Amino acid sequence: MKIGFTVNGTPQEVDVAADMPLLWVLRDVLGLTGTKYGCGAALCGACTVHMDGEAVRSCQVWAEDVAGREVLTIEGLGRPEALHAVQEAWVEQQVAQCGYCQSGQIMQAAALLAKTPAPSDAQIDAAMEGNLCRCGTYPRIRAAIHAAAAKLEG
Amino acid sequence: MSKATRLTRRAVIVGSLAVTGGLAVGIYALNRDWPNPLEEDLPEGAVSFNPWILISEAGITLMAPHTDLGQGIRHLQAALIAEELDVDLDQPEVTVAPGPAAPAYANRALAAEGLPFMSQDQGTVATIARGASARLMGALGLQGTGGSSSTPDSYVKLREAGAMAREMLKAAAAYRENLAMADLRTERGAVILPDGRALPYAELAQTAARELPPREIPLRDPTQWRLLGRPMQRLDILAKSTGTLDYGIDLTQDGMVHATVKLNPRPGGDLLSHDDSAALAVPGVSRVLPVSNGLAVVADSTWTAFNGAEALVCDWGPAPFLPEQADHWAALATALEGPPEKVWRDIGAQPDRPGVSPREYRAPYLAHAPLEPLSALIHVTEARCDIWVSSQFPGLAEQKVAAITGLPREAVHLHNQYSGGSFGHRLEFENIIRAAEIGTALRGTPVKLTYTREEDMAHDFPRQIAMARASGQVADGQVTALDLAIAAPSVTASQMGRIGFASAGADSQTVAGAWSMPYALPALRVAGHAVADLAPVSSWRSVGASTAGFFAESALDELIHEAGADPLAERLRLCDYAPARACLEAVGDMSDWGSPLPEGAGRGVAMVLSFGTPVAEVVEVHQTDAGLRIAKVWVAADVGRVLDPVNFENLVQGGVIWGLGHAVNCEVTYADGIAEPTNYYAHAGLRMPQAPEIFVRGLETGAEVRGIGEPPVPPAAPALANAIFAATGQRLREMPFANFIDFA
Ligand code: FES
Ligand code: FES
Repeated sequence: MKIGFTVNGTPQEVDVAADMPLLWVLRDVLGLTGTKYGCGAALCGACTVHMDGEAVRSCQVWAEDVAGREVLTIEGLGRPEALHAVQEAWVEQQVAQCGYCQSGQIMQAAALLAKTPAPSDAQIDAAMEGNLCRCGTYPRIRAAIHAAAAKLEG
Repeated sequence: MSKATRLTRRAVIVGSLAVTGGLAVGIYALNRDWPNPLEEDLPEGAVSFNPWILISEAGITLMAPHTDLGQGIRHLQAALIAEELDVDLDQPEVTVAPGPAAPAYANRALAAEGLPFMSQDQGTVATIARGASARLMGALGLQGTGGSSSTPDSYVKLREAGAMAREMLKAAAAYRENLAMADLRTERGAVILPDGRALPYAELAQTAARELPPREIPLRDPTQWRLLGRPMQRLDILAKSTGTLDYGIDLTQDGMVHATVKLNPRPGGDLLSHDDSAALAVPGVSRVLPVSNGLAVVADSTWTAFNGAEALVCDWGPAPFLPEQADHWAALATALEGPPEKVWRDIGAQPDRPGVSPREYRAPYLAHAPLEPLSALIHVTEARCDIWVSSQFPGLAEQKVAAITGLPREAVHLHNQYSGGSFGHRLEFENIIRAAEIGTALRGTPVKLTYTREEDMAHDFPRQIAMARASGQVADGQVTALDLAIAAPSVTASQMGRIGFASAGADSQTVAGAWSMPYALPALRVAGHAVADLAPVSSWRSVGASTAGFFAESALDELIHEAGADPLAERLRLCDYAPARACLEAVGDMSDWGSPLPEGAGRGVAMVLSFGTPVAEVVEVHQTDAGLRIAKVWVAADVGRVLDPVNFENLVQGGVIWGLGHAVNCEVTYADGIAEPTNYYAHAGLRMPQAPEIFVRGLETGAEVRGIGEPPVPPAAPALANAIFAATGQRLREMPFANFIDFA
């Protein structure tokens, strides 16, 4: 079916099966590979994007449910030459190891900070629990979220 | 030495096994240098000074052939070259590439860990054997990333590569300008003349190529370093923070189709029969093809391929190993009853009747499960094959692809990718073999193979399972004897078998991290017991030390408590290797060991020397209403020299989290020959709420430069078990600990 929605501010129309997960629409149809496949089952958070401002697991959202919505992916959050404050903090803290989880971590953290501008460690733990990092960068993720909060407070 | 040399004529020692096959090496080859692979198709006007440096009008390319799995080695290799070449990594004209697979990039440090010498042994025989091993690895041309060996392998070699090119470029400038070399200096990719003019390397390269390489290349003293040893921004950090780094799984080619595989969930088992009609009826699915141990589904997107695979109906053959988990444990117990394969250490006289009776320890199978599922993009044509994938053995992978495609080895080009984690997973070839089979069947069409998470975990050759028995003796408040017997399947033999090498001998990985423990016990015995026919296993971050280190440091801790001694003080009293002592002292200091703790809290310490790097850790746990909380960890590691301090800290923290997370939460068990779990509903390791604060100190007292990717892993589990004992009085001798107590 034809589905129209907005990705990173640009209107898109795709012709895909109604139940194709948004993850694969983004990666295979639109070529936005910054959003990652890790588990396909809402267990790792690597596929996290924002839909109408909410962090969602794109592997769990069907294409038909995206119609008319605004989707923001890591590519739209900021660019290498124009970083979002969360990305700036991620670069400064050198959070990434393999980096494969980090798109999802950053999108989840950005959604957290949009709602909770100065999160406590407990709030960070609760918000980030679903985002798995097999490399174990959690200490740096925590530090980067605090640093990004400070930047956004400005 | 003679024994080592004889062996090296026909075999390579890997994990202490004499391994033969695949590549034949004559003694004549031992000292020969491999050709520079960059000379093979040198772009017009380009000059390559050695296998690591290419300079042309377009810029300066540094080759970083060790595979980057997230450990930051691509950056570190570039920094080692840049330090002496005098280029900066933020210069727009400088690019860093993994380079082609080539024997010139042989890892000379890879086999050292397998030699029958303790890494702290700097005696003549051990040193000569290490030299012979390094020459042999060079002669074999085996390019590999693993064993925490990339930094030791690169440390001198890559700085020399940079210095060699720099001196030749300076000589060219001196010749051209009629100046003395001594009057020239180099900076940011240019030779600087006394009058301040800068001649870019690109302009000098052609002339420099005609200069003779310098005979002696004195390397700069570390006090003069600009990059190494200081905080650097890793090359990949911006791309990895913006979703712009392409991993293997992200790559595409024009006209590409997608594929996935469905393999016998019993690893190594056959496909008996199948019905693919429902799969072929899935819209977007174009073909179903046979591959080793199963089927591939070709489709127009990853998701349709996944759907097609799910619709396949297959009749699978039995597992070619013991199918039930309980039988694996029973086999280990039986092996411990029998004679050891090898007694690796036997010092002093064990008591006839140990005062501390045998205790049994267990460590389960574990999956690597890096977050990026296996994938490979391949394009096979009549004359050539390109494959884009992350591999820790790119040369061996090319051989496998050549054999499957029927193309000559030189026609196969592996483009090595950044990997979304590995932990040893990408030492294997499962995805590469299947991709080559699919690509050959679809010759002419590029195809990207993507594994589902479930297929990936079902075919993740796990960490070795292991079991140990330990007894000992204490007297007058001191530990006087430890007798440790460890049974495990040989990870080296299993892994080498899949590469195509035959192996013989006892595998030191069974006892790694235990047999060479730097403790001067009056009586110390460490024996390895072999077990055959268990599940196929592979190297998992820190390999044998991840199990044997847990056994050794748990058993020692029990004896120390039995003696009524302090766990840190007694270790310090026993420790006879200065860098290891320094680590123990450092964590004592960092953790304020011995200071009062709140009710229900406890500290535990452990120290394991693996891959030549001693690492000591103190873990502090707190009992809470929600369960036991791992609150803090202090770590000290001695790598001789900390080259990339930010990344060093990150890797140590990650290694501790890896060690703790698997010790607490993870196990792979087999039922009917099928591995459980199949996704991250279990076996996730630690998640954010369980991650402790981790404080890291890098020490530089050791004589050699060592790796840090794996050594922080082994002490984490025993330090935690020892802390749990201190806090609760409960001694956990079996992982995962969450099977026995609740964690917050
Ligand atoms: S891929 Fe969606 S949560 Fe893991
Ligand atoms: S950085 Fe590798 S999974 Fe998080």
